Amino acid sequence: MFHVMKRMQDAAARPTRRNFLKMSAVAAGGLVVGSRLAVPGIAQANGASTEDAFTPFIRISPEGIVTVLNKHLDMGQGNATGLATLVAEELDAAPEQMRAEFAPADTGRYKNLAFGMQGTGGSTAIANSFEQYRKAGATARAMLVAAAAKAWGVPAAEITVSGGTISHGSGKSGTFGEFAEAAAKLEAPAEVTLKSPDQWVYIGKSFPRLDVPNKTVGAPNTYGMDVQRDDMLVAVLTRPLAFGAKVASFDASAARAVKGVVDVIEVPGHGVAVLATSTWPAIKASEALEIEWDETGAETRSSDALFAEFRELAETAGPVFRDDGDAEAAIAGAATVVEQVFEFPYLAHGMMEPMVLTIHVEGERASLWYPSQFQTVDQQTAAAVLGIAPENVTIHTLYGGGSFGRRTTPDARHIVEAATIAKLWGKSQPIKLVYTREDDTRAGYYRPMGVHKVRAGLDADGNLVGWHHRIVQQSLMSGTFFEQYMVHDGIDETSVEGVKDASYAIPAFHAELHSPKVGVPVLWWRSVGHTQTGYVVEAMMDKAARAAGVDPLEFRRRHLSQPSGIAERDKDNARKLGVLEKVAEMSGWAGPENGDRFRGIAVHKSFNTYVAEVAEVSRRDDGTFRIENVWCAVDCGVAVNPDNVKAQMEGGIGYGLAAVLFSEITLTDGHVDQVNFDSYRPMRIEDMPHVEVEVLASAEAPSGAGEPGTPPIGPAVANAILAATGELPAVLPLTKTGLA
Amino acid sequence: MIRLNINGQDREIDVDPETPLLWVLRDELGMTGTKYGCGIAACGACTIHLDGMAVRSCQTMASDAEGMAIVTIEGVDGKAAKAVQAAWRELEVPQCGYCQSGQILAATALLAETPKPSDEDIDMAMSGNVCRCATYTRIRAAIHRAAETMEG
Ligand code: FES
Ligand code: FES
Repeated sequence: MFHVMKRMQDAAARPTRRNFLKMSAVAAGGLVVGSRLAVPGIAQANGASTEDAFTPFIRISPEGIVTVLNKHLDMGQGNATGLATLVAEELDAAPEQMRAEFAPADTGRYKNLAFGMQGTGGSTAIANSFEQYRKAGATARAMLVAAAAKAWGVPAAEITVSGGTISHGSGKSGTFGEFAEAAAKLEAPAEVTLKSPDQWVYIGKSFPRLDVPNKTVGAPNTYGMDVQRDDMLVAVLTRPLAFGAKVASFDASAARAVKGVVDVIEVPGHGVAVLATSTWPAIKASEALEIEWDETGAETRSSDALFAEFRELAETAGPVFRDDGDAEAAIAGAATVVEQVFEFPYLAHGMMEPMVLTIHVEGERASLWYPSQFQTVDQQTAAAVLGIAPENVTIHTLYGGGSFGRRTTPDARHIVEAATIAKLWGKSQPIKLVYTREDDTRAGYYRPMGVHKVRAGLDADGNLVGWHHRIVQQSLMSGTFFEQYMVHDGIDETSVEGVKDASYAIPAFHAELHSPKVGVPVLWWRSVGHTQTGYVVEAMMDKAARAAGVDPLEFRRRHLSQPSGIAERDKDNARKLGVLEKVAEMSGWAGPENGDRFRGIAVHKSFNTYVAEVAEVSRRDDGTFRIENVWCAVDCGVAVNPDNVKAQMEGGIGYGLAAVLFSEITLTDGHVDQVNFDSYRPMRIEDMPHVEVEVLASAEAPSGAGEPGTPPIGPAVANAILAATGELPAVLPLTKTGLA
Repeated sequence: MIRLNINGQDREIDVDPETPLLWVLRDELGMTGTKYGCGIAACGACTIHLDGMAVRSCQTMASDAEGMAIVTIEGVDGKAAKAVQAAWRELEVPQCGYCQSGQILAATALLAETPKPSDEDIDMAMSGNVCRCATYTRIRAAIHRAAETMEG
């Protein structure tokens, strides 16, 4: 997601001092461990906590339950367990005593260290918490040990802790719960030493997912959609069919006649909301609304027309974002030139739980219950709409039924909608804004559509000598407050990631970006710019390899093994080679043809993680392709929970495959054509290939897992189809050209 | 007033008889384990058992379920259900988990009928249950695992 926001860290103040355990506090007879943060600037700027705030990360109850406060949203990627694993590791706790809870919204205390705001994205949860949460665990352990040492009258150094039991050679032993209260009264150590990797018992091995049991029994109060409050109303908001249209007039008489409907109100700038005592009448009534929309100034172009405009733009020069050597001259002098235009549609996130948010405004205070992925922005947005102080906005974060980027929007549109409805309604009553699947599909905030045009030149030996790349894609960031951080000289970093840092040895590389304005709201979507750039670069590599008559794996090896003189690029290439060789071994790679099946290979770096995948496809009688097998090798540095990394790769592959094979959002005169899962086609179990994943052992710092599995699957499939047909599929989804 | 038998208990509910069972469960009875995903029988998140059959509660009118045994994720029990839930935990199938109530109910109905399903049986029985987190490889493996434990 907003991984590239890292630069914001410099703009925002960093903690000037972060040491654990200068302070501890007693809570309900237990131990609370956190850190003191001196955060000049940002705390005030964000209206969050004051300087030098106490940050609780862990609570230990007298019963010995260790609760880890997760500053992130867990929408399936497993960070709740990941952070608990880090704490349990240093605390030497038993998995059974660990619990995870979502931290409240408080930027000063719970910011994501990767981007200086409280939020989850860019596959950063583990990376930015790796030291912070281990230190919290080590501190709590030291305090428990000190308390036990005092009680037993033995030196602390003689005490050991294992599996949640504190013991001494004399035969004395005790639980965390027994010593929690005494430990809380002790001065916290100024410094703690973290375990060395060879001492780890959970990290890199296994740890049970804490959220799994509840998710197999339908436990209450798990998701935003589950929220029920006394006296609660359900709101369903009907939004315009064309982005930017306004309500001209509406007739609510049929809607009001639905039993259970309390009111129908116009929400200026957003649409018409039905308020009802429960969900079904709200849905039924919203279907009975008759609304006339004024489309003056709205986006009314069709996606076909937009593609035509984009294709034309791809023929003209645009702002340059990479210029190594003279690519035009290199291509002009090349022995062979390959060329391709690629087209990518808009994509909805289509997470299983549609957008939802419950808000309760009580005077100067407001409480919100939902899967909050961007607490800092959401809190400030709710405060601004309601005209109250941000610290008076309490966010209760629940698990997200998926997100894939959708639950963080720079304009916090869903928060604005809910807060505006609450304000218009005026009564102090909880209101749950429910997006129906139809609302969720049609509300925009799509992965942007895009056109890429690439020309690449090869010399007589089949080596790449020049690469000319033009991207036409709507900017994610312009017009949002991220623009100042993420858009430089007209280049939105999220549009060019994956091309700007393409690391193959190519002496002359020139790349340009056009960012046409379209009135369709766009958003990051699992792996952001890499969904397109990874596809284009890796598919072009195969097209070039084919022109050179070289095996695609061998072609990549050649272009990854030449020293570039740039340390970072050489390191990227070494790690890319590592996963490529691994996946070649796993799949028994012997070229793209394997009997009546065909194979494609691809490798890509995103979010500092390196993933290589091989896809094996077969052709059905009707000419469509079936994806039979996928092999995947991943290097994400230290894998805190290898099985969870595997799960994220499996999921990332399936999610990416859906987009490659079936999914697209199209517009007719500005109206979204897709409505529900009938027309926005998801992957189903019969579409899912057999997947094998291996996680490479690594001592590098942990990097992301949620997103990096997605980019390579598209080009791996495309390259397999290229091998089968001789034609590179360059228009997605494949259903559009009869290939899926 | 409609009368429903849910997880073995008789309930009387004052609701429009045409209300989909999904919303009766979730909003009237506070049983939120059954999920809303699409409302048009396209995703399976709302799957429940009606007299042992896996059905979509978003497409079942409350009045049509009168006189039938309704089983939801909160009450599902028996050999197949136990084996399925245990396998789901052992293989850590859920990611976001939002689809999993429906997956578990569908898998349980499959195993009750076909104790040793092939991959094709699984694909057929589970095709209506979408998982946007794409936990499908683990769903398949967990169904086979559950089948094994039921045998043993
Ligand atoms: S909610 Fe019933 S099938 Fe999707
Ligand atoms: S686990 Fe997320 S939709 Fe299935």
